[in-house]
Amino acid sequence: MALIPAMTITIVCFYGFIIWTFVISLTRSRLLPVYKFTGFEQYVRLFANERWWTAMQNLAIHGFLFIGGCVVFGYFLAILIDRGVKAEGMFRTLFMLPLSMSFIVTGVIWQWVMNPGLGLQEAVRALGWTGFEFNWIVRPDRSIYTLAIAGIWQQVGLCMALFLAGLRNIDPNIWKASRVDGIPVWRVYLHIITPMMRTVFFTVFILMSAIVMKAFDLVVALTGGGPGFSSDLPARFVVDHILNRQELGLGAAGAFVLLCTVIAVISPYIYFELKKERGGRGH
Amino acid sequence: MRYNRWALYGLLCLAAIMIMAPVFIMISTSLKSMDEIRNGSIFTLPADPSFAAWRKAWFGDCTQTLGEKCGGLSSSFMTSVQIVIPALFLSVGLGAVTGYSLAVWKMKGANVMFAALLVGMFIPPQVTLYPLIIMIRELGIFGSIPGLILVHVIWGVAFTTMMFRNFFKTVPQDLLKAARIDGAGFWRLFWHVMLPLSLPILGVAMILQFTYIWNDFLLGLTFGGRSGQPMTVALNNLVGSQFGEKEYNVDMAATMLTALPTLAVYLLSGRLFVRGIAAGAVKG
Repeated sequence: MALIPAMTITIVCFYGFIIWTFVISLTRSRLLPVYKFTGFEQYVRLFANERWWTAMQNLAIHGFLFIGGCVVFGYFLAILIDRGVKAEGMFRTLFMLPLSMSFIVTGVIWQWVMNPGLGLQEAVRALGWTGFEFNWIVRPDRSIYTLAIAGIWQQVGLCMALFLAGLRNIDPNIWKASRVDGIPVWRVYLHIITPMMRTVFFTVFILMSAIVMKAFDLVVALTGGGPGFSSDLPARFVVDHILNRQELGLGAAGAFVLLCTVIAVISPYIYFELKKERGGRGH
Repeated sequence: MRYNRWALYGLLCLAAIMIMAPVFIMISTSLKSMDEIRNGSIFTLPADPSFAAWRKAWFGDCTQTLGEKCGGLSSSFMTSVQIVIPALFLSVGLGAVTGYSLAVWKMKGANVMFAALLVGMFIPPQVTLYPLIIMIRELGIFGSIPGLILVHVIWGVAFTTMMFRNFFKTVPQDLLKAARIDGAGFWRLFWHVMLPLSLPILGVAMILQFTYIWNDFLLGLTFGGRSGQPMTVALNNLVGSQFGEKEYNVDMAATMLTALPTLAVYLLSGRLFVRGIAAGAVKG
């Protein structure tokens, strides 16, 4: 009985609504849902839409840089902290501080820092390096990279925390053995510890991909998808077409393609999670 | 070895400076005057710190009134508070009860139901956005605070359920058996045994749900309308649509005001936040 509210939410608001969105994507709906089916016409329009392809391409660039950056920097910071430093708590708190702020806050802060007129560019020029250029946020060919910078800044702490938890789970005997053998520390990390952290890398990858594919707030606050549509992302494309452009059918088609992308990335993770459950053992 | 230690601390401090620099720039900009911002660098400290921009961000500028409102963030702050508090308790409460029934009372389909919920956490909100709009509109609560509360409960329940269910799974079976032999029913077992046991996880769930709901933008933008604008939406409007000259100090003060509640919760809760964020990371 106590399950009824949550069950209703799951069945109706998750799965029911996904089907509903799919149905809408098969119709000619513009401002309001009209249930006149046109087959996959909206998908044909979607795949012919230049803005959609820009958004998908941006998703690939942003995903690669953001996930890669978070993994590399997060792992590096975790290793530094794992070397046994004093004031570990302080460093951890500082690195994770941006996590508590919203993407909107992050976007607004970075928009100001990267402001070409008064921000970092001017500040560095004032220090004497007059040729310094950092105007990516207003350059159509570079604006997508600013998203990765702000995104990594916000999420690197989470990756660090996950990697650190993984490093703390490593059997201390490995360190003793490698010290006896006289293997340099960096080689132990590279050749012994990193392969042992496979599952942590996997988890981090999945979590960060989920964040990338939902990324909406950050684009809105940082670049507004611009200049033009040069830093648009699929999640923003979908919301824009549903809420502002009266292109409900096209938006729904975009949403469904986005969902398929998410499922493709996430399903191995869900599979492993459930398999772990069935095995009855922890990890 | 000693050089290595220096390098280690040097790198850590460098990373800390790089992470804190934007926060520092935000605070210092918010305390400057516009003249100082135009003529100085973002790195310099405010020469004559003043909270004028903060006042303007909070109360708005009443010399250029637009109707009754002066355009400050204070009203949307109140809206955010009115959304967060009920949504927080409802979503955590519902998650606790659902997680408890899934973990303790072995029903047919409990695992299928859990799997369905787990998948639900990954669904991008854009996918179910339009049907949800129709549902909320049909209920007659579109563009109002109750509508936003309901939407947040719907989106939060998968995450809170998962946290509680995973915790309750670790409670020893003997304890449950003993309680049942003593005649504890469904609700008694929940209130008197399980809920007191789950206090730490309750804290984690509350902190994270608070952060998520406060930081939400998409749902507030879609379902808030004019009267139910939460703070993130108001901030984005403020920064995005200023007539005349942009006032960066007011923008930064408004940003700081929006970030303060979750920052305070983070700094005060410390370890609980860190513990939960890993579990709840998927919600992003």
